[in-house]
Amino acid sequence: MDRQELIRLYYQMVLIRRLEERSAELYQQDKIGGFLHLYIGQEAVGVGVVSARRPQDHVITAYRDHGIAIACGLTAEEVIAELLGKETGCSKGMGGSMHLADVDKRFWGGYAIVGGHLPLATGLALAEKYRGTDTATICFFGDGSTNIGYFHEALNLSKVWDLAVLWVCENNQYGMGTAVERASAVSEIRRKAEGYGMANAQVDGMDVLAVRQATLEALERVRQGEPFFLEAMTYRFRGHSMGDPERYRTGEEVRKWQEGDPIGRFYDHLLKEKIADQAALEAEEARAEKEVEQAVRFAEASPDPSPEQVYDLVYVK
Amino acid sequence: MAIITMRQAISQALWEEMDRDERVIILGEEVGLWGGTYAVTKGFYDHFGPERVRDTPIAEGVIAGAANGAAMAGLRPVAEIMTINFAFLAMDQIVNHSAKIHSMFGGQIKVPLVIRTVGGGGRQLGSTHSQTPDVVFAHFPGLKVVAPGTPHDAKGLLKAAIRDENPVLFIEHATLYQTRGEVPEGEYLEPIGVSKVQRSGRDVTIVSYSKMLQVSLQAAEQLAAEGIEAEVVDLRTLRPLDMGPVLQSFRKTNRAVIVEGGWRSFGVGAEVAARIYEEAFDHVDAPIRRVAQQEVPLPYNRELEQMMLPQIEDVIRAVKEVL
Ligand SMILES: Cc1ncc(C[n+]2csc(CCOP(=O)(O)OP(=O)(O)O)c2C)c(N)n1
Ligand SMILES: [Mg+2]
Repeated sequence: MDRQELIRLYYQMVLIRRLEERSAELYQQDKIGGFLHLYIGQEAVGVGVVSARRPQDHVITAYRDHGIAIACGLTAEEVIAELLGKETGCSKGMGGSMHLADVDKRFWGGYAIVGGHLPLATGLALAEKYRGTDTATICFFGDGSTNIGYFHEALNLSKVWDLAVLWVCENNQYGMGTAVERASAVSEIRRKAEGYGMANAQVDGMDVLAVRQATLEALERVRQGEPFFLEAMTYRFRGHSMGDPERYRTGEEVRKWQEGDPIGRFYDHLLKEKIADQAALEAEEARAEKEVEQAVRFAEASPDPSPEQVYDLVYVK
Repeated sequence: MAIITMRQAISQALWEEMDRDERVIILGEEVGLWGGTYAVTKGFYDHFGPERVRDTPIAEGVIAGAANGAAMAGLRPVAEIMTINFAFLAMDQIVNHSAKIHSMFGGQIKVPLVIRTVGGGGRQLGSTHSQTPDVVFAHFPGLKVVAPGTPHDAKGLLKAAIRDENPVLFIEHATLYQTRGEVPEGEYLEPIGVSKVQRSGRDVTIVSYSKMLQVSLQAAEQLAAEGIEAEVVDLRTLRPLDMGPVLQSFRKTNRAVIVEGGWRSFGVGAEVAARIYEEAFDHVDAPIRRVAQQEVPLPYNRELEQMMLPQIEDVIRAVKEVL
């Protein structure tokens, strides 16, 4: 991977972090409504996985979707405008935080019914198989989603039909407040794929390059026409959504994970390997900061969608 | 005009659309090798092959979901859910995904999907296999719900559903497959969301659809022998609901009976009656009557099951009450 590409990954991770921090502020100011699920702590997963895709590969995820959207190339402007419910948002203010999408970038969106988008991923992959392409479909979901019926129906179907799906479980240790061991009969989630005879691997989800490498290898197999299951071990540093009292975990546990901050680790790596110096990385951070601030201004100045739009979009005319 | 059965009409529609458009595929339980639980797709697997006619595992959630995803990515899948009772296991895909995706993402995704399924009681299949929950699905904006009552409409409407850019739930009635009717030679489409007068009359308006259309037409025949001319309006589509022909007929007859196969509470009759009262109150000469299934889970016993379902005599009695 060349230097520029590595720095681009760093930029993306920082951009996501900054965008999420700013979103939290906007939420506190009541400018963002509804549920807001931050991706802080998990940046290496989305960025690492998506960096390994080809532009035609499909990506689909759950409601914790801001980071994946940015990784897929959506701009901070259209993301923040969507969080503010504006007409200029990527979903025209119809979706909000949980329903970002940009089909032109092959990002098929965030879905808020836990597990509901896993079957959609099989369908995207089915369409590609039918057309005879080697396009892959990358489906992100949480550890909590592996206990719902959809997960099993979708994994099974992807295997019986040899669909080119890369299943990416972002194991952040909790589904809302319920730890994996309290919810899943098998706590090593990767092993669930074995029940479907599916090739699988586990990766350190706090290490963006490890995630990228594991994804490249997985996609190699997926393109041959078989599903693959990748479990990324990660952690969300913030609550499940805004206003989470976080009674289910200790501050000490959070701090322990924060010591392995994926952005900090990547920063150290880039310095140590002399890929970039401190000044260069600080310049990236400043650029991310600026992009977010510019996006907030853009979003705040954008118009609300019209009521007519709401009626117009019920059906395709 | 050829006289064919409902089963043949539906089968022809599917065959013609698959012939016409490579993007049309069929998926569902037993649609392939078996030839369809109701034999609608008999011969399809051999002719179109296993890539276009896909047998699925027994997993309604992923059948509907994979069909949604394939539709999003540009195919025009026709998913078969063996019976509408099993569509409850796909309810989340239908309601929270098919019906929402276009709007929720600001119009950038289309879901041109058809879900074919089979509803209705009267075959002694017990309470879980005999339901007519059409209105449950018709409740949701974003979804279209079609339920034909004649071979002619079944063929034309299914072809239109497959070409529609929106998700369409296409409900066939389990006891109508052998019903015969005239179907034009060659290609034709019937518009979704348009009600149709299936029999003209001046004395009373009977509003119905699907199996109950046939029951209503038979009731109208018997009434005619007594000199009562009933006009029978077939809704054909529950969403979007076309009240035009209903209101037009009602303004002429000033009396209405609504006949449906499902339960009365919160049903089609409730909706149609409310709209008549809202839109044509000045024309009301008698309280509107509803004929529907009794409010019970259907029993197995043949006589008891029939007793719980609307019969020709029930329609005739209701008509006489409003006259
Ligand atoms: C079907 C369904 N049940 C419950 C919820 C409420 N809910 C939203 S997120 C969530 C936890 C999901 O956990 P996980 O899959 O691990 O994802 P994470 O939030 O950790 O990213 C729950 C229970 C829902 N949205 N959908
Ligand atoms: Mg989780």
